[in-house]
Amino acid sequence: MTERLDHTPSVAPVRGPRSLIFELGAPESRCVEAPAIDVPLASVDALLGGRARTEPPALPNVTELEIMRHYAHLASMNFGVDSGMYPLGSCTMKYNPRVNEDAARLPGFTGLHPYQPEETAQGALELMVGLSDALAEISGLPGITLQPAAGAHGELTALMLFRAAHTAAGDPRKKVIVPDTAHGTNPASVAMCGWEVVTIPSDARGLVDVKALKAALDGDVAAFMLTNPNTVGLFDPQILEITEAVHAAGAFAYCDGANLNAILGKARPGDMGFDALHINLHKTFSTPHGGGGPGAGPVCATAELAPYLPGPLPVAFEAGGFGLGWPEYSIGRVRSFYGNFGVIVRAYAYVRALGAQGLTEVAEQAVLSANYLKVRLQDAFDVPYGATCMHEFVMSGGRQKREHGVRTLDMAKRLLDYGFHPPTVYFPLLVDEALMIEPTETEPLAALDAFADAMLAIAREAADDPELVKGAPYTTPVRRLDEAGAARNPDLRWTPPSHGIR
Amino acid sequence: MRYTPVACEQREAMLRAVGVSSVDELFEVVPAEVRLTAPLDLPDGIGEIELASHLSALASANTPAQGLVSFLGAGCYDHYVPSVVDHVLTKPEFFTAYTPYQPEVSQGTLQAIYEYQSMICALTGMDVANASMYDGATAFVEAAFMAARVTKRHRVLCSPTVHPEWQNTLATYAESGVVELATFPAVEDGLTSLSDGARGLAAQLVGGDVAAVLVQSPNFFGNLEDLAAISRVAHESGALLVVATDPVLLGIMEPPSAYGADIVVGEGQGLGSGMSYGGPGLGIFACRTANVRQMPGRIVGRTVDVDGNRAFVLTLSTREQHIRREKATSNICSNHALNALAAGVALAALGQEGLAGIARTSIAKAHYLRERLIATGRFSAPWDVPFGYEFALSYDGDVGEMQDELLSRGYLAGASVADIEAEWPTGVDEQLAERLVLFAVTEKRTRAEMDAFATEVASL
Repeated sequence: MTERLDHTPSVAPVRGPRSLIFELGAPESRCVEAPAIDVPLASVDALLGGRARTEPPALPNVTELEIMRHYAHLASMNFGVDSGMYPLGSCTMKYNPRVNEDAARLPGFTGLHPYQPEETAQGALELMVGLSDALAEISGLPGITLQPAAGAHGELTALMLFRAAHTAAGDPRKKVIVPDTAHGTNPASVAMCGWEVVTIPSDARGLVDVKALKAALDGDVAAFMLTNPNTVGLFDPQILEITEAVHAAGAFAYCDGANLNAILGKARPGDMGFDALHINLHKTFSTPHGGGGPGAGPVCATAELAPYLPGPLPVAFEAGGFGLGWPEYSIGRVRSFYGNFGVIVRAYAYVRALGAQGLTEVAEQAVLSANYLKVRLQDAFDVPYGATCMHEFVMSGGRQKREHGVRTLDMAKRLLDYGFHPPTVYFPLLVDEALMIEPTETEPLAALDAFADAMLAIAREAADDPELVKGAPYTTPVRRLDEAGAARNPDLRWTPPSHGIR
Repeated sequence: MRYTPVACEQREAMLRAVGVSSVDELFEVVPAEVRLTAPLDLPDGIGEIELASHLSALASANTPAQGLVSFLGAGCYDHYVPSVVDHVLTKPEFFTAYTPYQPEVSQGTLQAIYEYQSMICALTGMDVANASMYDGATAFVEAAFMAARVTKRHRVLCSPTVHPEWQNTLATYAESGVVELATFPAVEDGLTSLSDGARGLAAQLVGGDVAAVLVQSPNFFGNLEDLAAISRVAHESGALLVVATDPVLLGIMEPPSAYGADIVVGEGQGLGSGMSYGGPGLGIFACRTANVRQMPGRIVGRTVDVDGNRAFVLTLSTREQHIRREKATSNICSNHALNALAAGVALAALGQEGLAGIARTSIAKAHYLRERLIATGRFSAPWDVPFGYEFALSYDGDVGEMQDELLSRGYLAGASVADIEAEWPTGVDEQLAERLVLFAVTEKRTRAEMDAFATEVASL
């Protein structure tokens, strides 16, 4: 519970949001000013052909101290991996090593312009080739593009490769099959690729219903998308039968690599028969999530699909040195330049730090930690699927809802009072009141135990004092929000109180 | 063991608790045929000291623009990044957080994004902005897709003066059939041609089936398009006007909203993000209130908590993939939130006057360099139209040789239009394109550097 202050402060502590940055400063306040103009200056309006602004944009005018205090206060209202355990299922919120941050900030990387001659960017190109080679080995798929900016972008890129290959074979297709446990990005990517989504149910074990899959696989199916291990934390042991059936129907098998952390060095999607895979560098390869991004979603593909990869790609020349090149039948670009290079640097550093043995240990510890937490919690909560999980597992808050009227959302909010970020909730959709827990390998045993203790305490609170849980959180910078009101009357920006300069 | 803090002894206790004798037992569910029996073929792991040294060596194998005098732009600009930006970005509560799904412990990210959205609205003149897209190119594509949803039309018209990489990206996405991409290779004086007979924009719009007219201003060549005229013909045909623009110039230039733009996108890298070999950038996306429910990406809104405190939350989520799945407005999930934070901090640091000053200085210096280069006699102007801080000149010799020679003297002598056009044509006459060089001048360049550069050019 809330710790009580042992004295009465003279000023009430500020918990929630204070000022907007627009409410700070004064019209004459400055932080960074433009350098003096050392060339002749004609009228800017004339230079722009009469296009000068008639009214300045309503930007804040603040001093440096105000900026630093403002963002220090905002940061104090945020919870990150450094703040405490962040067991957000399917998001792999592992520790972000700081040497990787330092590396990405080296001037030799940050100052590089994408159109510099290749001979002045040999280090960057070598690094990109190095990460590409490592991802090919880890995935068992030889064709790599580092271009996609995020997992969803990688999914779409892979679907575009499938489209190109089907078209080249004179066999354009219309549908993509996804299981009901799929991340929302999967069907959304299918739609952006102009294809129709066919959803198949999972079986009673939470795995692919192979019979339903085979029934759905007709000559119009372009691909089957599967997250493996899947989103209930299970490795699908039917995987070879699945990919074989997909191929027999002339379709491609796609692996959503969001859960690759579980199988690093233990098994490879390429060996399972997958034709393409995206990897979330911001999950498995330790690059930070940045409050929502940037991440990176490289795609790994078979030799058959490699000629269609988006360009340009980093290449190592046989005669030595590195450059950029286009695959023979490239689908074209999927973004500007070559990828989220700053993210690529961090992931490369991670791979080099750990090597083959270290990466394998990552998977082993991630899986052991998840199973340990599951064992500690499985008596207090319903665990609908599976004896052994991979790197994450899904519980249900159904018992607490039925018996005490306490919902998963309430328990998630109560966890905030105990100093933990909640797990992913209400996903996957097929589990009632789902709680999806992914501890990652970077949590010490003491943290795992403290989290389990907190969950067990909340289960007891749900039974003994349900209103306490339903009113949570109590200790956070703000309490539960009026989310319905936010959507009903959208206030999406600050508006200046009057026109013109504040 | 580098980043896995569980001790051996603890691991044994965990295995006992789970009821297995070894970790391998936990992987027995993986079919034996696909279980790896040998270690991956990767270099051995290395300690932090060796790693830091290896990465420094790779960074040193580059010659960053900072070590040279750079006039490179073409979509990625060497603007000054205010010192406060990285001091804010490196706060772990910001950069180690996930997407703010739990608003009670994410008010920092949420408020910062709300402020960013407000600043983008102020710059672009639009009503609402989203929390960011991946980069300018993907924001541009999403604008075309959104316009198709809003107008329930299929065909999109892209000006040939848009950055070739963006046109290429749009063409890749258009293979889906979600939109039908039409280009019209009509360029006149480095600008979109409205009236070049059947090839011009006006003729393309006859038929009234066009969802969007997509233009960029300043365009790929740095030139400012006649947005008022383009807007008129686009809107007459019932199409939406999508304008890609440069947010730095908007510190001093009339925003696209003044000409009736319906969707404004842009590459925001110049606001607080380094060049970083072209990524991560920042996709700016803004539109009018009437169309907000068709907008892609995350949006932060203001609300109150149960105690009545001002608070912020992700809102209008019924547009998004995690709720609507295949009916979502986009598949985007992770965006470029940290770059949006950087843009917010940079704009706060510059303020109204600073941003206007950066734009004014860059414009003045670019116009100065253009005159100096023409005065060398080696460059000539292919057209005489208004531009911002980037311009194209025609060289009287081999562009590649010129750039190689000037690189050896310490200069990045602009971008070869033909090199960039190799992947997608702009519609400029091929022989002219071979000779065109794009020069960008930011506030960081000095008169002394430009004078010295012009002297080197004259000596070629």
